[in-house]
Amino acid sequence: MSEQIVTLYKRMKDLPSARLLGAGTPMCAGCGGLMALHEIYDILGEKTVFVNAAGCMTLLTVYPFTPFRGSWLYTSMSSAPAGAQGVRDALDILLAKQRIKAEENLDVVVLTGDGAAYGMGLSSTSSAIERGLDFLYVCYDNEGYGNTGQQTSAATPHGARTSTSTGARGFGGFKKDLFAIWAAHRPAYVATVIGSEPLDLARKIEKAKAMQGPRLIIALSPCPTGWDFDPMESAEIGHLAVKTGVWPLKEYENGVVTHTKLPRERLPVEDYLKKQGRFAHLFQPQRNEALIAEIQARVDAYWAEVSI
Amino acid sequence: MTRALITGNQAAAWGARLARADYMPSFPITPQTEIIETIAGWIDQGEMDCRMAMMESEHSMITAAGAAAATGVRVFTATSSQGLLYAMEMIYGVPGMRAPFVLVNVSRGLQTPVTLEPDHTDVLAARDSGFLQIHCSTCQEVLDQTLIAYRLAEHHRVRLPVIVNLDGFYLSFTREPVEIPDPAAVDRFLPGFDPETTRFRAGEPLSQGVVVLGSVPYSYFRYETHLATLQGLPAYAEIAAEFAQAFGREYGALETYKSDDAEWVLFMMGSFATKAKDAVDRMREAGWKVGLVRPRLLRPFPDEPLRQALAGKRGVAVVDQNLSMGKGGVLHSELASVLYGQPDAPTILASFIGGLGGRDIAPEEFFEMIQVLRRAAEEGRPPTPRLLFTADELREVRKLQAVAHAERREELK
Repeated sequence: MSEQIVTLYKRMKDLPSARLLGAGTPMCAGCGGLMALHEIYDILGEKTVFVNAAGCMTLLTVYPFTPFRGSWLYTSMSSAPAGAQGVRDALDILLAKQRIKAEENLDVVVLTGDGAAYGMGLSSTSSAIERGLDFLYVCYDNEGYGNTGQQTSAATPHGARTSTSTGARGFGGFKKDLFAIWAAHRPAYVATVIGSEPLDLARKIEKAKAMQGPRLIIALSPCPTGWDFDPMESAEIGHLAVKTGVWPLKEYENGVVTHTKLPRERLPVEDYLKKQGRFAHLFQPQRNEALIAEIQARVDAYWAEVSI
Repeated sequence: MTRALITGNQAAAWGARLARADYMPSFPITPQTEIIETIAGWIDQGEMDCRMAMMESEHSMITAAGAAAATGVRVFTATSSQGLLYAMEMIYGVPGMRAPFVLVNVSRGLQTPVTLEPDHTDVLAARDSGFLQIHCSTCQEVLDQTLIAYRLAEHHRVRLPVIVNLDGFYLSFTREPVEIPDPAAVDRFLPGFDPETTRFRAGEPLSQGVVVLGSVPYSYFRYETHLATLQGLPAYAEIAAEFAQAFGREYGALETYKSDDAEWVLFMMGSFATKAKDAVDRMREAGWKVGLVRPRLLRPFPDEPLRQALAGKRGVAVVDQNLSMGKGGVLHSELASVLYGQPDAPTILASFIGGLGGRDIAPEEFFEMIQVLRRAAEEGRPPTPRLLFTADELREVRKLQAVAHAERREELK
């Protein structure tokens, strides 16, 4: 019998009302990644050191300002998990040799974008998981190299226009299944989250925080500048990503994948697609029925595999 | 104190052990691997209280080393050649964190073509990174300089990582008699690591490696690292004097050999300088007034000691065991920048490239270098740079090429 974790977060009103992460960061208005980070930080708290890889959020900490109440270490685009290894190992050594007190200990959190997580940083992530590193890994996934103007990354979905996929069919490749790649390593915990579902997110971060070993989170991050929509629509697009089944909310634990929110009556994917300029070429100058149907079919095929 | 016959790699491992390094992120590469195997063995036998993390690359290894040093433990790590270059983004990245640690580099030539044997082109690629660099010429020096390197890195006015360099094969796999200092004496010379204010602790928020906006703070912090590196010169002198007092072995920023009254000087670094010493003795026997100057410190570069050591000399032959494509020897340029315009600078400064990929430098070649200096002094103009290569060696390559061509023709039939 697995021990049931009693969540503090049963209803929306149970969520922390204080905002630990400071305001006034250089992130874009309506940044879905920042929304998720706010919610994550409220749960994790300030006894943390965020180990960052190159990406949009590298600009959170610009000398001499930081929105974090705890610590921060920028590494490089590919090696944030190795930085986390160094910090965690050093803290463990200091604890073991009694050079610091238990209350001086910190939780180590990697913060990277999809450009690092899905590509350049995959080798160091894989190795950190394989070494059983006790850390939390947060990937804010805006489905492209966002900080440089939304070029195609390994997280870009099929058909999306990016600044390097500007043809009539958008990006011809397919989004890499990072959740499955991570889960194949059999770490302690893997979950998908989105800022527009704060209760689901809070429970998952609460659960991950209480665990030991590698715990990895992918937060789909609606991106007004990269995906081309009005910043006020960010939460709505997040809702649609879940309701259309494009972004399944799920977790992996003890070899089992569980979906935490089942969209029983899934909305058509075009409700999600047509809100975003990056998919405008699917609807104008005329509808590309074949490509819309292809995207819908992939989402349908995914959910057909999920026992509801 | 015990005396043992050990390799340069083992001497480096002893340095880390006596320094009581807390942490060793690692990755194997020839000819460095014996260092991490030796330490891993001591950890497994309970002889060394150190944690080892086997990383998946040198890039991650240097990231972990910098991150752990920035958290507040004493870190040791080691690499070679391609590994150093694979790590290069972080080699340039970590010094700005001002978190001291020691990296031993076992020099090996860079591809292409691939070789396992030594030259200094690898370590010179890290020249401008913010790591300080100490170059060794014997196994004893490798051990001793590793201890000195920790003191230098952790010096209050420096607070930067240090590379200790030894040559692959010539030192890494060569056994020499080495005095292994008494641990209690080392503890007195090198007390436990003080992270000062550079550390991650709950309740003491700190941001490291952050972005700056604009060129002004960027320039400021880059200048600051440069000035801290320059502080390494007086700090090194201070530490080396203390080391000599404690252990009886002298390690000035320069090693000078019969150079005081010399008219002609050989200038080179690393283990090949021991070949030059032998040549100096032979030339002295022949009545030539020749000496050797070898910089132990490459960064910071010992400008003033070099000006003094070379003042009034008739000629200096710089032997570079490295090659900057399209320019030549790196040490030659470095030394020229120190001497140019000085009133009593040597008249002739000649450049020789040799020892690439471990190529031997024969005694007669050192004789020839001094001859070149003499002729240049007589003619009153500097000689053109020379790439050491003999007619026999060219014949050897021609033979290899003939075989390659013959095989190729066979394939095409």
